[in-house]
Amino acid sequence: MLDHVWIIPLIPAVSFVLILLFGKRMPFKGAEIGITSIASSFVLAIVVAVQWITRVENVTGKAQGLAALGKGVLSIPEGGKKTEVAPIIHGFTWWQNGAAKFVVGARVDGLVVMMLIVVTTISLLVHVYSTAYMHGDRRYTYFYAALSLFSASMLLLVVSSNLLQLLVGWELVGLCSFMLIGHWWEEKPNSNAALKAFLTTRTGDVGLMIGVIICFFAANTFDISGINSYALGAHADHGLLLVAAIALMFGIMGKSGQFFLHTWLPDAMAGPTPVSALIHAATMVVAGVYLGARVYPVFWNGFSIGGGGFNMMAVVGGVTIIVGALLAFAQDDIKKVLAYSTISQLGYMVMALGVGAWGAAIFHLFTHAFFKALLFLGAGAISHAATHHSFDMKKEMGGLRKFMPITFWTFMIGTLALAGIFPLAGFWSKDEILATAGQSDFKVFMVVGLVGAGLTAAYMTRCVYLTFFGHYRGHHHPHEAEPAITIPLVILAVLSVVAGLLNAAPFHIEKFGKWVEQVGAFPELLHPKFDYVLAATSVSIVVILIGGATFFWFRREEIGALHDLTKRNRLAHAGFTFLERKYFLDDLYEGVIVAGIKGPIAQASYWVNQNVIDGFVKGTGRTAVKVGQFTYTAIDRKVVDAAITGLAKETGAAGGELSKVQSGKVQRYALLLLAAVGLIGLAVYIYNVV
Amino acid sequence: MWAQEVAFWIIAVAMGLSAIGVVRSRNVVHAALFLVVVLAGSAAVYILLLAEFVAWVQVLVYIGAIVVLFLFGIMLTRAPMRDDAKKLDNDQRLMSAVVGLFLFGVLTVFLVDAFGSQKIRFTNSLVPLGSTASVGSDIFHQYVIPFEVVSMLLLAALVGAVVLARKD
Amino acid sequence: MPINYFLVLSAFLFCAGAYGVLARRNSVLVLMSVELMLNAVNINLVAFSAGLHDVSGQVFALFVITIAAAEVGIGLAIVLLIFRNLRSADLDQVEQLKG
Repeated sequence: MLDHVWIIPLIPAVSFVLILLFGKRMPFKGAEIGITSIASSFVLAIVVAVQWITRVENVTGKAQGLAALGKGVLSIPEGGKKTEVAPIIHGFTWWQNGAAKFVVGARVDGLVVMMLIVVTTISLLVHVYSTAYMHGDRRYTYFYAALSLFSASMLLLVVSSNLLQLLVGWELVGLCSFMLIGHWWEEKPNSNAALKAFLTTRTGDVGLMIGVIICFFAANTFDISGINSYALGAHADHGLLLVAAIALMFGIMGKSGQFFLHTWLPDAMAGPTPVSALIHAATMVVAGVYLGARVYPVFWNGFSIGGGGFNMMAVVGGVTIIVGALLAFAQDDIKKVLAYSTISQLGYMVMALGVGAWGAAIFHLFTHAFFKALLFLGAGAISHAATHHSFDMKKEMGGLRKFMPITFWTFMIGTLALAGIFPLAGFWSKDEILATAGQSDFKVFMVVGLVGAGLTAAYMTRCVYLTFFGHYRGHHHPHEAEPAITIPLVILAVLSVVAGLLNAAPFHIEKFGKWVEQVGAFPELLHPKFDYVLAATSVSIVVILIGGATFFWFRREEIGALHDLTKRNRLAHAGFTFLERKYFLDDLYEGVIVAGIKGPIAQASYWVNQNVIDGFVKGTGRTAVKVGQFTYTAIDRKVVDAAITGLAKETGAAGGELSKVQSGKVQRYALLLLAAVGLIGLAVYIYNVV
Repeated sequence: MWAQEVAFWIIAVAMGLSAIGVVRSRNVVHAALFLVVVLAGSAAVYILLLAEFVAWVQVLVYIGAIVVLFLFGIMLTRAPMRDDAKKLDNDQRLMSAVVGLFLFGVLTVFLVDAFGSQKIRFTNSLVPLGSTASVGSDIFHQYVIPFEVVSMLLLAALVGAVVLARKD
Repeated sequence: MPINYFLVLSAFLFCAGAYGVLARRNSVLVLMSVELMLNAVNINLVAFSAGLHDVSGQVFALFVITIAAAEVGIGLAIVLLIFRNLRSADLDQVEQLKG
């Protein structure tokens, strides 16, 4: 299967076509095709994973099992260089133009295997979940078709062996995101949100394409291995790589919702909740992080990550952490809270890449997918079963833990995982990031990460309180959701608990790192030793803030000083407004930038178009008309027509003469006949004699 | 044998003049009578060539039946019986004469050139050749099918003539 | 006796008949001219029959006579019909094929 990994994206692609053609006529309206296809991809992804892990284990042997256990900061273990487990790459050249070679290929290595598992698992759970959540929807079949297309595109992006193919997958997932966010496009806000998502990511994609092109011209290839080797090679042009890294960063910022191109993510919550869980929590938004991890040497070299200090990646990531976390406080919509939380966590991943914690970033991607998807699906379960499709925490929720126990407990597990409580998944991944930042020259970012962790804990506590505790403020009859919804929740909850243990250093488990880490063209990375102090610090910060927040929210009514604080205090109000208006970024984008272009610049272009360009075209047209008229009168009528008419007259005259032959008199014909016979005879005679 | 040649020349001249008479006569009945002379001359030529049976059939059928038929036709179509040359010839007389003479010239040249050296030998074997028995045996041995077909043709002509000419 | 005599005679009769066919206005006279042509052919056939000592020529001559008789019958019937329709046997008035 390692050699045929291209089958994995192909199955959902075929399913997309099949659902479009036959979905409406099938008994489950196309859902069965979708679920079967993604389940097959899931099984195949497991097979690939097993094969890869076997491969890694066989090559590296048992000796590598003890790597970095409390020893050695550097990645070179005692006794020798790291054993290389080469990635498996297959492809064929579909067009070659001189030196430029365009390849369609698939690449399998640890990172790809991990992404395959994540995408297929979450996609499968979302497919199952949607049978209940989207039941009776106006476009049920197309929803499943779009889900299949998205899965195929994401899987294509993941297995690509070269940047051009990755770009194709990138654009396709962008398209699917647009399609799915605007699934209920009849309501204008939904279609606006879809457009906003597409256009904002597109803005980032400009940078992405420039980055890809620069990489191509630098390394003379689109192939990922080639670019990575070039970036780490002796002849790498540092300046060029810096520009490429900055350009690619824009793509990452757009797709992965980093500050300041993050504004689309909260609005994308207008789409159905399964879509939010799949695309905007677990898979599509991490495409940017995946790109960063994929061509990491470009960033490593371009941003000089090895040297410590500040670089664009870490700064953007760090700022995103704080920005997202702060905004999560000001939301009443549970999905928006989770959206900002996603932005914040994506910031963690990007910051991790920026500080050289490659393995940690990927590990966080892995664990975050599970618990974020869990949280989103839980929010969906609440809206489906309790609040009649509303996500407003303040107006429709509250006290739901009595009515929806499974949802409550799974949501709690997700929250604790997100906050980073030991021993859940989030703890291990987040801690690894902080440890790496702390043990290299990026200590500022460690602080940022700690602050972010605290804020995460606080706003999630707020969210949980408003949703599950207190009195029920809604007007419906809340009850637990059906099994098609709760079973995926439970599965994800289990995964959120155990997934972290794949890389639990104190327990001598470094499996994730071994299986996923890149070798070959890859920089020597820092593998931090497990810092007990840091771990304790982060957990305690989280616990304190959870406690504080709990105290605040549970006892809010009793503390008069805090009651309606934002309404009374001008500073607090200003702060709240600043957060509520999302730092006025949307106003900046739409009011200033877009309106500025729509207004004067558009008008000016229109004027140029109408008067200058069109004037030129009209003038050409008028000239052509005049020439035509002259040709007609002078040449066509007088010369050509005269010739034709003359010819016609002559023909008529000749015909008139000839018609006299047809006199109708038989004797005349007979005369001609006999005369002809005589002549022919004479001719034959003369011919024969002479 | 000079007797045959003399006979031939007499008959030929008569026939030639009568033929001109047929085609140039201003009187229809005269034309019919000139035709009779031509046909009779033909029969004489046949006898000259020792084809007795054919000669008698010629007299019987052609002169006896066909010319009578012509006379009936003249009568029934009220052909003008007075002298009226203009009315009997159409306006392409001249061209027809030219074509006719031209054709005669070409044919003569052909025939003389092709058969100039051939001669008819009046041997004794030629006499029984033209006898009725000989002709009859040839018809019914070799040409029996054309004979039958011609019979059919006559029947068809008979029926056709009746159908065409009836008044309905 | 040279066969040419009969052949030239036959040619003369034939051309005279041709002239008559082309130049005569009355349909009955045209038919008579046709008889003339057929007769000329007959002479030709019989002359060759004597010349080649083959009786087939005479057989053919007989057939020609028979067919001529049939043809005259039909021809005159047609002339009669034309006469009935056009009130005259004038061939110049039969020009329906004029074009």
